[in-house]
Amino acid sequence: MIIIVSLLVLAMLVAAVAALIYRDLLSAVIASCLVSLLASILFFFLQAPDVAMAEASIGAALVTAIFVIAIRRTKRYEE
Amino acid sequence: MRATVGLILLAVIGVGVGISLLAIPFGAPKTEIGDYYIENAREDTGATNVVTSVVVGYRAFDTLGEVTVLFVAALGLGAVLATAGGKRGRSGVEPASLILSAGNIFLFPLILLFGAYIFTHGHLTPGGGFQGGAVIASAFLLVYLSSPGKRINESGATLTESVSGLVFVAIGLLGLTYGTHYFLANFLPKGTLNTLFSAGIIPVIYCAIGLKVGSELAGVVDNLMEETE
Repeated sequence: MIIIVSLLVLAMLVAAVAALIYRDLLSAVIASCLVSLLASILFFFLQAPDVAMAEASIGAALVTAIFVIAIRRTKRYEE
Repeated sequence: MRATVGLILLAVIGVGVGISLLAIPFGAPKTEIGDYYIENAREDTGATNVVTSVVVGYRAFDTLGEVTVLFVAALGLGAVLATAGGKRGRSGVEPASLILSAGNIFLFPLILLFGAYIFTHGHLTPGGGFQGGAVIASAFLLVYLSSPGKRINESGATLTESVSGLVFVAIGLLGLTYGTHYFLANFLPKGTLNTLFSAGIIPVIYCAIGLKVGSELAGVVDNLMEETE
């Protein structure tokens, strides 16, 4: 149990740092989507399925879509 | 450079929060209200899911505020994008791949059904109005991605949103006249525990919230996707 949670938290940290240092904003958005997805799995393991569902549908799906639409309207690469 | 500064700031914040939280024992109960909910929620509200009995039972008024916040946010987004001006409709979008458009035909009704299941069974199984509404909105997002010409019926979405918001407030006001006479009182019969028609007003409110959040978030996606040049 503690091993699964630690691995999930570690993967979340890696994805979060990756989202911060990517120059390609589309990749950064996908990395932050991964953070949300792993967070929802973590919530499920911590016995909070209600929060896990909200995190998966809002954090991973809708927020990612809104960011991708915003990138399509502006520009893809950070200066 | 900015990323390095961001990482250093993040580390400082992390260490600060970590040190301040170190003094508090993790997971230790600080109040007795949690135990009260776990012991009495089933008899008090008739809902099997204790989270739902807190969100729509004990703290229903807070949920009304939450729904209002989401409504104002969607309204503000619509207002900002409308003043940005430009023509309506989405021209110059290339058609989606065969896999996406064929998969959408099969998945769209299933996702809608799943979202409806989540909010109608909010008092029995994990999930509820907000989760079900977000799932329904993601089904509409799939339609927008797979078939560029299609758009939701905007007046239908607005009507659904307004009616379900009114239903929430009307049920709350009915609680003033019937039953225990306070706003959002559970005046309907609680029924048998663990059946679909139980828990009084909770499933009705959660259906209203599910439809409201679903149409609101679908409207947000619609506002963002349409071309403004």
